[in-house]
Amino acid sequence: MKDQELLYKEFQQSVDQDEKIEAKDWMPEEYRKTLIRQISQHAHSEIVGMLPEGNWISRAPSLRRKAILLSKVQDEAGHGLYLYSAAETLGMDRETMINDLNSGKAKYSSIFNYPALTWADMGAIGWLVDGAAIVNQVALCRTSYGPYARAMVRICKEESFHQRQGFEILLQLCKGTAEQKAMAQDSLNRWWWPSLMMFGPSDKDSPNSAQSLAWKVKRFSNDELRQKFVDMAVPQAEILGIKIPDDKLKWNESRAHYDFGEIDWTEFYNVVKGNGPCNKQRLEARNKAHDEGQWVRDAAMFYAEKRSKKTA
Amino acid sequence: MKNWPLFEVFIRSKNGLDHKHAGSLHAADATMAIENARDVYSRRQEGISIWVVESKYIVASDPKQNESFFEPAEDKIYRHPTFYDLPDELEHM
Repeated sequence: MKDQELLYKEFQQSVDQDEKIEAKDWMPEEYRKTLIRQISQHAHSEIVGMLPEGNWISRAPSLRRKAILLSKVQDEAGHGLYLYSAAETLGMDRETMINDLNSGKAKYSSIFNYPALTWADMGAIGWLVDGAAIVNQVALCRTSYGPYARAMVRICKEESFHQRQGFEILLQLCKGTAEQKAMAQDSLNRWWWPSLMMFGPSDKDSPNSAQSLAWKVKRFSNDELRQKFVDMAVPQAEILGIKIPDDKLKWNESRAHYDFGEIDWTEFYNVVKGNGPCNKQRLEARNKAHDEGQWVRDAAMFYAEKRSKKTA
Repeated sequence: MKNWPLFEVFIRSKNGLDHKHAGSLHAADATMAIENARDVYSRRQEGISIWVVESKYIVASDPKQNESFFEPAEDKIYRHPTFYDLPDELEHM
């Protein structure tokens, strides 16, 4: 029997050599806990993320848009499933995760606590929210935990359509009437800062980051990913012809990056704590769907058991 | 009422290739597992054949025993074609 110290050394060596850690391999308890927390939060975000968009399926302006939005929301459900499955390989069971989400114990991405007020928001969510998620998720394709990395690869393959359909919605609005363009601008105004917040606290206020980077659970720091997102989004906003709501946004030649203004961290922590515009509404919707689906889950199980008894 | 069991999903992307592990999902029974697997793992024509098996039936080797378990293969380099010292003129062998 090897002692813990040696096991830990071998584990860190594997990680340093970019070898993946698989479900049954030895891993430090803290690594397991960190992953369970991160992966389940990520899964919850996919599930809650269906709500703001699901709300617009019945009001999409055309059949084409409706089919696309329906398909996108269906993808998000799938992404939730891939991630819950990855967390389950770490010994966490699905029911506990669902209960933690529904009871409000677990966190999910704060972005989904903002309301989707207009059709243009479907564009802004696809372009910015999915865009920010892609930046984060592309980096996570190389995370050290095998099942998580594989889920990320699958998700990234599917995510690109989400961002493109969002951008197309905004592009169409921006080419439309002055009123439609104003609607696109308004959605950018409301979604820009919350999208930047998706990358989490600033590096100097992110105490767990160093360990996550050493274990390669994270591959880049929050601020690095946020910068990458800003650098990508600025030229895209120029193509749309709408203005990012940040007076400090400016190309910095010496850094070869865009400088940008400070996030309102008070708002960030306030929404994380549960005081965002839609926190309550989102959890209520989740609980309602879960509770009202109980009889369906029970009936399916009962039917399956009855049938297996018959054939036995 | 108890929860739906976990199934592992294997997908053949096209004839001529092996089924490959795609992921897992919960379902009431195998029929539902196959239908759900179609809906989540082959939304973009990723497969033409799906296998599902309840996860509890999969037996796996123990990674903690890897060293001794896979040791027999380690010192048998003569199982590889490059082990043999043959003249360069010899072609196609």
